[in-house]
Amino acid sequence: MAKITYQHPDGTETVVEVAAPNTVMRGAKLNNIEGIVAQCGGSAQCGTCHVYIDEGNTLPLPEMHEAEDDVLCGTAAERRPTSRLSCQLPVSEAIDGLIVHLPTTQI
Amino acid sequence: MGTGPVVIVGAGHAALEAAAALRAEGHTRPVILVGAETAPPYARPPLSKDYLTGRIRPHELWLRPRSFFAEQHITAMLGDRAVEIDRDASRVRLASGERITYDRLILATGSRPRRLSVPGADLEGVVALRSLADAEELRCALRDAGDLLVVGGGFIGLEVASVARGLGLRVTVVESGPHLMGRSVSRTLSAHLATLHRAEGTRVLLNRELVALRGERGHVRVAELNNGARVAADVVVVGIGVLPNTALAAQADLTTGDGVIVDRWLRTSDRSVYAIGDCARFPSPHTARPVRLESVQNASDQARCVAAALTGHRRPYISVPWFWTEQCGARVQMAGITRDHDRTVVSGSPAEGRFSVFCFRGGRLVGTESVNRSADHMITRRLLANGAAGLAADDVARPGFDIRRWPAQPI
Ligand SMILES: Cc1cc2nc3c(=O)[nH]c(=O)nc-3n(C[C@H](O)[C@H](O)[C@H](O)COP(=O)(O)OP(=O)(O)OC[C@H]3O[C@@H](n4cnc5c(N)ncnc54)[C@H](O)[C@@H]3O)c2cc1C
Ligand code: FES
Repeated sequence: MAKITYQHPDGTETVVEVAAPNTVMRGAKLNNIEGIVAQCGGSAQCGTCHVYIDEGNTLPLPEMHEAEDDVLCGTAAERRPTSRLSCQLPVSEAIDGLIVHLPTTQI
Repeated sequence: MGTGPVVIVGAGHAALEAAAALRAEGHTRPVILVGAETAPPYARPPLSKDYLTGRIRPHELWLRPRSFFAEQHITAMLGDRAVEIDRDASRVRLASGERITYDRLILATGSRPRRLSVPGADLEGVVALRSLADAEELRCALRDAGDLLVVGGGFIGLEVASVARGLGLRVTVVESGPHLMGRSVSRTLSAHLATLHRAEGTRVLLNRELVALRGERGHVRVAELNNGARVAADVVVVGIGVLPNTALAAQADLTTGDGVIVDRWLRTSDRSVYAIGDCARFPSPHTARPVRLESVQNASDQARCVAAALTGHRRPYISVPWFWTEQCGARVQMAGITRDHDRTVVSGSPAEGRFSVFCFRGGRLVGTESVNRSADHMITRRLLANGAAGLAADDVARPGFDIRRWPAQPI
C-alpha cells in the first residue's frame, strides 16, 4: 500500500491509497481520478497517462527506459524535467507519500 | 436539451468512456449502459497479447473498478442485449423484455469478427478472437496445442502468432494477399514484419488461401490450402477482419453502410441518436472519404466528443487516428491513416529494428509508421493535429534528420 497524492491543474488534490502491484496510472483509474486517460492501458504507447513528479520528491522511482523517454517527446502538455508516464511507475511501500501533478491535458 | 436519460448501447470501450466522460463533464442526467456481455467493460488489446500467456489476469482488464458505476450513478445493465429501437417512442427494447426510454441514445455496438466460410469452419479449436470469453478459450487451447494456424495476416492474427511462438507452438500464418497487413500499412513495414515473424520461426505463407479444415472427432486437425498443401493445426485463429454491428441501427431505419453513418458531430441520421467507436463511419479531416476505425484511440476520443456535445460543448470530431500493435518484441505504432500514400521515406535503421516510415500523399504527410521509435510516432501525432505543418518528404530524406529537432534543424 502507498498513499499517492494526485494534484489537479487547479491546485485541488485527491489522495488515495493504492495497493501493489498497481501502477500510479492504475491507481488513478481505480479511483476514478480525472486527468489520466491511459488509452493504451499501461504499455507505454499512448502518452495519455503523463504526470509531473513533485519537484521536492525524494522517493525512489525507477529509471526511465528508452521507450518512456521517447513517448514523453510528444505528450499533449509540455514535457518537463519532472515528466513521467504514470503507467511506468509501480506502486510499492517505497513510494508511500508520492505527489504527482496532473497536466492540463492528455489528448 | 431535455433532462431524460442518456442510454448507451454497448458497454465496451467506447460506451464506458462515454459514460465516464459524461460524468466528468458534469452531466447530471441518468446514464444507462446496456451491454450484451456479462463482464464489466474491459480492455480488448491485451486479449491478443499478454492475456494469452496468463501474465494478465481478467481483473486487470477491467477499465474501471466495480464500485465505479454506483459511485458515478451510472446504471449498468450487463448481460442484456438491445434488440429494438423505437424512435417514435424514444425507447429501446432489451432481450429481457425491459424497455428503456431515452432522451439521447448513443450506439457503441462495436464490431464482430468476419466468419470463415470454408468447410470445417465450425470444428472445435477454430477460434475468432474478439471477447474475453474468446480469449479465455484460446488461452486454454494454446496450452494443449502443438500446431497453430493463423488465418489472415492482420494485426490480431500476427499478435497471436507472436505470442504462440513465444509459448513454443509451431505456427503457420496463411495470408491470401501478397503482403502482411496489406490493406493498412506500407510495404516497408509489412516486409519488416514478415522478416521478424520468420526469424522467430513462424511459417508465413503469402498468396495462399485456406480452402478447408478437416477434423477428427469434431476437433480441427488439418488445414488444406489452395495449392494443395496440408498444414497441421490443433488450433486455428481466424483473423480475417471485422464487420460493424449495425443491425440495431438498420432495424431502426438509421442510415447504415459498412457502419452506422454519422456526421462530423457523430450524429446519425436521427439527431437524437449518436454512434461511436468501431461501429461508426464518419467523415474525418485525415482521410479523403468517410472512414470506420477500429482502435481504442478512436473509441475513446469519439466517446469524449459525444459527451462534450451532450453537455453543450459541441465540436466536430477531428482527432488524429493512431494505433499500436506488439509483435515479436517490436513496438509498432501508426499515426494518421497511411494507406493511400504515394511516397514513403524511411528514417532510422530497419536492419537494427528501429525506424519510421513517413508516408506522404501529394507532398503532404499523411502518417508515420514507427518500429521502436515512439518519439517519431508521438511527434507525428502532434504535427498531424496541426495540419502536418509543412514537413516535406525531402526534409525527412535529408541525412541526419531527427524529427525531435524539426523544424529547428540546420539546413
Ligand atoms: C483482440 C483484440 C486486440 C486489439 N488490439 C488493439 C490494439 O492493440 N490497439 C488498439 O487501438 N485497438 C485494438 N483493438 C481494437 C479495439 O479493442 C476496439 O477498436 C475497441 O474495443 C472498440 O470499442 P467499441 O466500444 O467500439 O467496441 P467494443 O469494445 O467491441 O464494444 C462493443 C460492445 O457492444 C456490445 N454489443 C453489441 N451489440 C449490442 C447490443 N445490441 N446490445 C448490447 N450490447 C451490444 C458487444 O457485446 C461489445 O461488448 C483490439 C481488438 C481486439 C478484439
Ligand atoms: S497508459 Fe499509455 S503510456 Fe501510460
